[in-house]
Amino acid sequence: MERNDPRSRSDAYGSRINRSHSPLLANVVPWVSIAICSILPIFPIAAALPMVPPLGLLMLLGWRLVRPGLLPVWAGMPLGFVDDLYSGQPFGFAILTWSLLMLAIELLETRLPWRAFWQDWFTAGILITAYLVTGWLLSGAQPTIHSLVALVPQLVITLLLFPVAARLVATLDRFRLHRWKAV
Amino acid sequence: MAPTGSRRSGYSRRAQYNLFTGYVIAGVGALIGAILLALSFFQPHLFGGLRGAAQDGVSPATETAATVRTGTKGFWDTVSGYYRAGSKNAALKREMEIARIRLAEAAAVKQENIRLKGLLGLSDKEIKPVAVARLVGSTASSTRRFAYLGAGSDQGVAVGMPVRSPRGIVGRILEVSSDSSRVLLLTDSESVLPVRRANDEVVAFAEGRGDGLLRIKLINLGINPLKAGDVFVTSGAGGYYRPGIAVAIVTQITDDGGLARIVSDPAATDFVSVEPIYEPEAAIGAATPIERELGD
Repeated sequence: MERNDPRSRSDAYGSRINRSHSPLLANVVPWVSIAICSILPIFPIAAALPMVPPLGLLMLLGWRLVRPGLLPVWAGMPLGFVDDLYSGQPFGFAILTWSLLMLAIELLETRLPWRAFWQDWFTAGILITAYLVTGWLLSGAQPTIHSLVALVPQLVITLLLFPVAARLVATLDRFRLHRWKAV
Repeated sequence: MAPTGSRRSGYSRRAQYNLFTGYVIAGVGALIGAILLALSFFQPHLFGGLRGAAQDGVSPATETAATVRTGTKGFWDTVSGYYRAGSKNAALKREMEIARIRLAEAAAVKQENIRLKGLLGLSDKEIKPVAVARLVGSTASSTRRFAYLGAGSDQGVAVGMPVRSPRGIVGRILEVSSDSSRVLLLTDSESVLPVRRANDEVVAFAEGRGDGLLRIKLINLGINPLKAGDVFVTSGAGGYYRPGIAVAIVTQITDDGGLARIVSDPAATDFVSVEPIYEPEAAIGAATPIERELGD
């Protein structure tokens, strides 16, 4: 059988014989990927506009919408804590908004259990817009119309990046469930 | 995507409790977040230590990235320098001639300045920078415009010190930790800087608008004397910045002043220097509420 098809005894996650998942990777990858993406926006120097999308939020939405049931409903609190350390918003902003976000998606899922990707993108779009506008309101500075206008490029980029984040999550999920361990 | 069964607990008491506890923790998390947010509105620097420690933790990565960023910028400048090198060279030579003449004139003015200051009995203080470091990062995804500096209290940096590049003012130190510090950039909407026009005594405030431009608000209202292209420098009022450092160039005139572009773009600078507070007594006086009396 192997001679005809070398991959006959394996699936997308590797060989099914003699191999097993790594429990560490399977549990850690979503959390670490979101935390790393929360830290990434500090690297570029943006002096004029907020140009970099909130990558941590994108990954959180990606994991939550692409792989429902994986992150617990309280995941917004610890992950928001990490994001608050680096984001530049007042401390507690991400803890609050990310917790509310997770609860909102949970609520939505009870109403619409069967969804296509387009609906997920729509959901993410609404949540991202709400998050960025709330961030503008609660930034600790006086919210001016100019800083709201300055938010538009970031909003557009973030909305367009959600499918990319979803594909990245799918790739990371394959990596997460790959059978690394020899038994 | 198919719904997962994780929300259906069925008759299992354990699953029911797990599910319920999850919702409770999520709600409590949101509540904690709201409390922390309210706290940080009233005490913005309350969590500065935590943020500073986190920033110190990633500083090896940010320092490396900053080194690479400035290195590649230099490389591109070198490559683009070859493009139309001949005509550029000729233009630069002409500019150089004029600059030499202006330099000689400036030397004469400087000489006269020394003489006049000697007459008045004023002495010039030599200002040595506290620290020279790279801008290692910024809050690129937030509405606020902060940058991170690769030097902290170990290098002598303290809150309130002005940060400048060779071109002009970049911002002011807002929070300090041991190896890094947070800089409030001029473009942030909370940043206000007393300025004056470079060639006369028109005084104004330069406020960040939050979209990369500064708003020049004239203190003496009346006929707006500004023109596009006017250069504004620090006036020294307030006691934080020493006078005469370039801040912004006016690009557009409005009713009560103008809109200006910053002279020193933090993204284009490699090293910045942190200078001591110009007049610490004046800065403390400006920060003290009117109700309280200043002691000696």
